[in-house]
Amino acid sequence: MTYIVKPKNHHPDLEKNELGLTRRDYEGSISSLCAGCGHDSISAAILEACFELSLSAHNIAKLSGIGCSSKAPAYFLNQSHGFNSVHGRMPSVATGANLANHEMLYLGISGDGDTASIGIGQFIHAARRQLNVVYVVENNGTYGLTKGQFSATNDLESKSKYGEDNLFPSIDLAAMAIQLEASFVARSFSGDKEQLVPLLKAAMKHKGFSFLDIISPCVAFNNHGTSTKSYDYIREHNESVSKPDFVPLGKEITTSYEEGQSVQVPLHDGSLISLEKLSKDFDPSNKASSLTKINKAEEKGKVLTGLLYINTESKDLKETLNVVDKPLNQLSEKDLCPGAEKLQAINKDLC
Amino acid sequence: MSNIKSTNEFVIKFANVNGSGSASANQMFAKGVFRSGVPVSPKNIFPSNIQGLPTWFEVRVSEKGYLGRREGADIVVAMNPQSYNQDLMELNSGGYLLYDSSWKRDFKRTDINVIEIPLTKLCVEEFSNSKQRLLFKNIVYVGALSYLLNMEKEIYEILIKEQFKGKEKLIDPNVKALNLGYDYARENLKEICEIKIETSDKTKGMILTSGNDASGLGCVYGGATVCAWYPITPSTSLAEAFTDFSEKLRVEEETNKNKYAIIQAEDELAAVGMAIGANWNGARGFTATSGPGISLMSEFIGLAYFAEVPLVLFDIQRGGPSTGMPTRTQQSDVLSCAYASHGDTKHVLLIPSDPKECFEFAAEAFDLADRIQTPVIVLSDLDLGMNDWTCPEFKWDDTKLFDKGKVLHGKDLEEIENFGRYLDVDGDGIPYRTYPGAHPEKGAYFTRGTSHDEYAKYTEDGVVNARNLSRLLKKYQTASELVPNPIFKQETNTSSIGVIYYGSTEASMQEALDLLHEEGVILDAMRLRAFPFNLEVWEFIEDHDLLFIVEQNRDGQMRTLIMAEGGIIPDKLVSVLCFDGQPITADFISNKISSHLTGSPSKTAVGGK
Ligand SMILES: Cc1ncc(C[n+]2csc(CCOP(=O)(O)OP(=O)(O)O)c2C)c(N)n1
Ligand code: SF4
Ligand SMILES: [Mg+2]
Repeated sequence: MTYIVKPKNHHPDLEKNELGLTRRDYEGSISSLCAGCGHDSISAAILEACFELSLSAHNIAKLSGIGCSSKAPAYFLNQSHGFNSVHGRMPSVATGANLANHEMLYLGISGDGDTASIGIGQFIHAARRQLNVVYVVENNGTYGLTKGQFSATNDLESKSKYGEDNLFPSIDLAAMAIQLEASFVARSFSGDKEQLVPLLKAAMKHKGFSFLDIISPCVAFNNHGTSTKSYDYIREHNESVSKPDFVPLGKEITTSYEEGQSVQVPLHDGSLISLEKLSKDFDPSNKASSLTKINKAEEKGKVLTGLLYINTESKDLKETLNVVDKPLNQLSEKDLCPGAEKLQAINKDLC
Repeated sequence: MSNIKSTNEFVIKFANVNGSGSASANQMFAKGVFRSGVPVSPKNIFPSNIQGLPTWFEVRVSEKGYLGRREGADIVVAMNPQSYNQDLMELNSGGYLLYDSSWKRDFKRTDINVIEIPLTKLCVEEFSNSKQRLLFKNIVYVGALSYLLNMEKEIYEILIKEQFKGKEKLIDPNVKALNLGYDYARENLKEICEIKIETSDKTKGMILTSGNDASGLGCVYGGATVCAWYPITPSTSLAEAFTDFSEKLRVEEETNKNKYAIIQAEDELAAVGMAIGANWNGARGFTATSGPGISLMSEFIGLAYFAEVPLVLFDIQRGGPSTGMPTRTQQSDVLSCAYASHGDTKHVLLIPSDPKECFEFAAEAFDLADRIQTPVIVLSDLDLGMNDWTCPEFKWDDTKLFDKGKVLHGKDLEEIENFGRYLDVDGDGIPYRTYPGAHPEKGAYFTRGTSHDEYAKYTEDGVVNARNLSRLLKKYQTASELVPNPIFKQETNTSSIGVIYYGSTEASMQEALDLLHEEGVILDAMRLRAFPFNLEVWEFIEDHDLLFIVEQNRDGQMRTLIMAEGGIIPDKLVSVLCFDGQPITADFISNKISSHLTGSPSKTAVGGK
């Protein structure tokens, strides 16, 4: 059954999207995160992306693990079902949910502890299976919820708030995702809404594993002068590969670019992500080029952001498993139960 | 020496080398007996190894229907020189030892019959291909046995044709090997064997299948669409059966697409997470595992319990603890399943005792999980799961609909003022749930493993949390009324002494009761089929002064569960425990019970209140 979303009565001046909904219709509960936490900005960007894309919130499911970041789904999209599962295991829950009904949009929200440590196995396998999910890591280089231990994405040269050295090198989740054949890989910064919102929109329209590593400073435990995941550090060291613009289906590209200055990548529903190139030697459809670029930026002490890799050709998990188009959770006895006659034939085979 | 003489009641044991291709020949032998109308229970006793170590295949043949394992063999087919000594020891006096006499041997027992067949020589003369020479030795002894036991050879010819349907080239050489053995025995081994098979009708309406195959099929019938699993003996064949049956029964004709999704997950944590995700989203998902997997899945099982997400799990128990005896049987996960996960948790257990029940309980598990909104664990074991059993054929009622439990759809939500995911509207502790996407404005909630109120909102209010935990207990009470009843061997209780047992022990129980009866010991017997225990269980316990609890584990786990859940005094419950990894035998049960009763004369063995 399909429903028309009925807009609530809001202030008449509030901007409305194609569904007649305002941003307020996409809100969640009041956040209980620390004031200034990067995660709240990401929630706002997700809200904005859903609003601008005129998505029906009830056709979105929000899934997460455990952590401050994993709490965030409670703070946007109140009309979406949410599932705050167990630490590091969001990918498996998202896999099962997706197999049950491939027609919904799945937003997986995780943290760097949740994904790069306890959940790294599930992350890897969801990526290589090309699960159709928007997988967001709200990366603050620390375990926020358990009060500031180093996470596996914390850089070697970074120090803790209390002056301790980080002894181990960091895991670059974006580079890893590219190696795993994730078909959409981006990095962004919670403080850069202009870059983040179009990337999120494109990720939501992309079919397959859409991975976003979003640097999201933890003001309580990892925003000090010797941290490489602080607001100041990221603002200073951010190197963007391109300026993304999301172009909805049927809309024209309005900005004019000089020759060779932009690329347009068509997404699965016909919309486009248009990338104004800020770097000439970079081709986001080429794995090797992306990985080299990431490495080079790292050598220079820069954090490379933007759409790092995209492949619109790959099959998602549902296609690979050759699953029927009607969602599995809508199949009835008639579709699923072979019945007494077939059972009698099976009995025959067994005697 | 007196030869063993028997018709339709004996044990034959095949001793082979793992990986030598004997399994299918041995299985074929057993099936031939079944087709002769005589119940059989073949048991594969195999090492945790792919090639080279000894493996045994025991077949109990019993027209009386005693299908539990019995100690000692009446016939041994000794194909493995490595285990000759052990095999020889297990042969009963007056029994028959069949061996490959291409290499002659002197067996140092004078109380047995040695049957010599030069299997290797016969195959070398007849077949040129070296692989065939090796494989066909097994078929040759099947042919010889069919003569020795006075069976109809044709049964095996038909079985060969069925087995190689589609690979017709293989039929002739197999039939040739069969005849080779049959003819050799006819010419050289006349009137040696006094154990016979006589055609009967005791397998009418029966089938020969394994618990795992039956469970896999039950999942198809129960409407499971998502299966996520991680390979582990002895549960692997359940997921494989689900795969095979789905490929046959669940492919959409017009599109050739699958009405199911099966994922071999990266580990058991992921497997159960996927099953939970699928159920949360309204599909029927399950996973199959064994003890080590249950340990890994425990955190997630607690989440499903507390967040009230339906979940179906199969635990095919094997010998523990730790990696334990991965290819031997036990019933040693009772407690770890009943109380899986941290905090106060209790789970529904279904305990089948034969493949027919495996089929039924598999299908029913999904209804129960949806109805109660909780994990349901089907507790089987290696013996039941991996071995073939003679059992009544499967039945299905076409008018039966899936019970998806208390689910509010869009239309329902339109009419509801006040939706609270964890509100106990009906007073049975079971709340109403919604599927994601049900309605644009109503019914969405946040599923969480943190403490929550009736509206699924996070709360740290201890009173609210305690209220929720108490409701879960009420729900658990409701569950006890929904799960399968125990089965009683007697119509009315006649003894002051009872015996409680469960699962695959059923196969040995009737025989044990009959043996005890012969000694004048009369017991009332109850087979548990589910946890939580219901009123009938407690009444049976109440009604008896002394109860034996027969289990295949060391610690008497079911006894502990009964004591804990019912406050039953320990003195009343006497454990009978077999935990050597072999299926429990009737002799073991009756000996233990009988010696307990004679050893404590105050508790008289003879029934009557
Ligand atoms: C099995 C398990 N181990 C440990 C924890 C404790 N724990 C909760 S959140 C967390 C780390 C979260 O870090 P991250 O994912 O980076 O989230 P952040 O709070 O930084 O957003 C840990 C270790 C847990 N909840 N479960
Ligand atoms: S502890 Fe850090 S991550 Fe957690 S809410 Fe506060 S700022 Fe955000
Ligand atoms: Mg973190």
